[in-house]
Amino acid sequence: MSESDVRSYTVRLELQDEPGELLRALEPIADNGGNLLSIFHERGNVTPRGHIPVEVDMEATPERFEGIVEALRDAGVNVIRAGSEQYSEELVVLLVGHLVDTDLSDTLSRIEDCGNASIDDVALSAPDGTDELSSARVRMDTHAGAVEETLATVRAVADRKGLHVVEPLAEGGDA
Amino acid sequence: MKLAVMGAGAVGRSVAKLAGEYGHTVTALADSSGAVVDADGIDVAAVLARKRGSGTVGDAEVATALDAPYDALVEATPTTLSDAQPGFGHVEAALERDRHVVLANKGPVAERYDEVRALAADSRGEVLFEAAVAGAIPTLSTIDSLGPERVRAVRGVLNGTANFVLSRMAAEGLDYEHVLAEAQDLGVAEADPSFDVEGTDAALKCVILANVLYDGGYTLADAEVEGIRSIPGSALELAAEDGRTVRLIGEVSDGSVRVGPRLVPENGTLAVTGTTNIVQLETEHAGQLNISGAGAGGPETASAVLADVGRLPPVD
Repeated sequence: MSESDVRSYTVRLELQDEPGELLRALEPIADNGGNLLSIFHERGNVTPRGHIPVEVDMEATPERFEGIVEALRDAGVNVIRAGSEQYSEELVVLLVGHLVDTDLSDTLSRIEDCGNASIDDVALSAPDGTDELSSARVRMDTHAGAVEETLATVRAVADRKGLHVVEPLAEGGDA
Repeated sequence: MKLAVMGAGAVGRSVAKLAGEYGHTVTALADSSGAVVDADGIDVAAVLARKRGSGTVGDAEVATALDAPYDALVEATPTTLSDAQPGFGHVEAALERDRHVVLANKGPVAERYDEVRALAADSRGEVLFEAAVAGAIPTLSTIDSLGPERVRAVRGVLNGTANFVLSRMAAEGLDYEHVLAEAQDLGVAEADPSFDVEGTDAALKCVILANVLYDGGYTLADAEVEGIRSIPGSALELAAEDGRTVRLIGEVSDGSVRVGPRLVPENGTLAVTGTTNIVQLETEHAGQLNISGAGAGGPETASAVLADVGRLPPVD
């Protein structure tokens, strides 16, 4: 692995408001060959779950970064988003139901808010008007390894709004 | 082998008709209201003609078929849920007589698998049920030759009616109700299609697969099941714009059983069209195996029944 493969990454973590939590979160980064660039500790900004969001910038090779994210998760640190083009996996789902009545943009932002996904594009089809059943195709980028988590979020959001989700089938090696 | 055939629907009738060609003798045939028994072999053509005329195969009590001289009982009565009767009772009666059982009926091995296994353990008879999973497709015999412990996952399209509806909707841009009506006209869907379109039938097959892969313990209650009624034509169009389509997929992996509409690549292996079924096995050493073919139909399913009969050792 040459030095030129080192990239910078931003990881967003959610920490419990307890002494030592930040150190516990940073150790796996150093231990796995990451070079810390900056830490933005948003002490005043508590998440709805009562956690404190922390943004960490670091440099690492893609392989090491993979190890870092894994080590963070193994250490029980809540990794909300690990930003990098390299690190995303495309995920497409269909949503079916009263998408307009249930506020599609709110549905999408809830998916983005609580998952590891960013939404790339949305196609809506409401052939019988917006009062009737409509369908949407939602393309997301999700952190590799977080596909299941993201789908769980989509399911939960859809469930609350009475929407159906058609999930992609993860086929082993099939195209 | 001497066969007692319980059930005279499409599968039972086809088994009776084809048995002779496979070197077997049908000594008893029963439907829901009557039975015919002859230790030397019934006249299948005459009995089926009688059923077409009078609605039943014979005047004898259904139970007399269970007491008839036979080596293997073919259980082809309609699949029922929970207590899986009358199929389960027929299985029990045959095993208690130390006779073999070949099932086309999914109920007993989906809903009461552990009990069937316990009965078989105390019997000299064996229980086989290839025909209960995806009709003509040799799913269970393939798993058996691979070894269930070397099959990591099974996925597939296991219901022809639901697949016909989804693939027609996608191809013609039509809505569910329209295509369902067409399927009913063609005889692809039953008047009450709920068993197929709500995913129950595919789920029962997956539950049977889970019982085979994980050595029992599963019933329909353990499956997560969603049907296709909620899929509008517009959803299929959006999928097609993206090179994908929707299929009702059954999945058995990591100890869980799940059936529901899923997005698959439009030209992918699992996107079979019409009433075709496909079974995809993810194996330890043999990579991925795909077997597609007829998942239903009288002669097709009967061929799986008779293949099972051929695997059975002689009685006594």
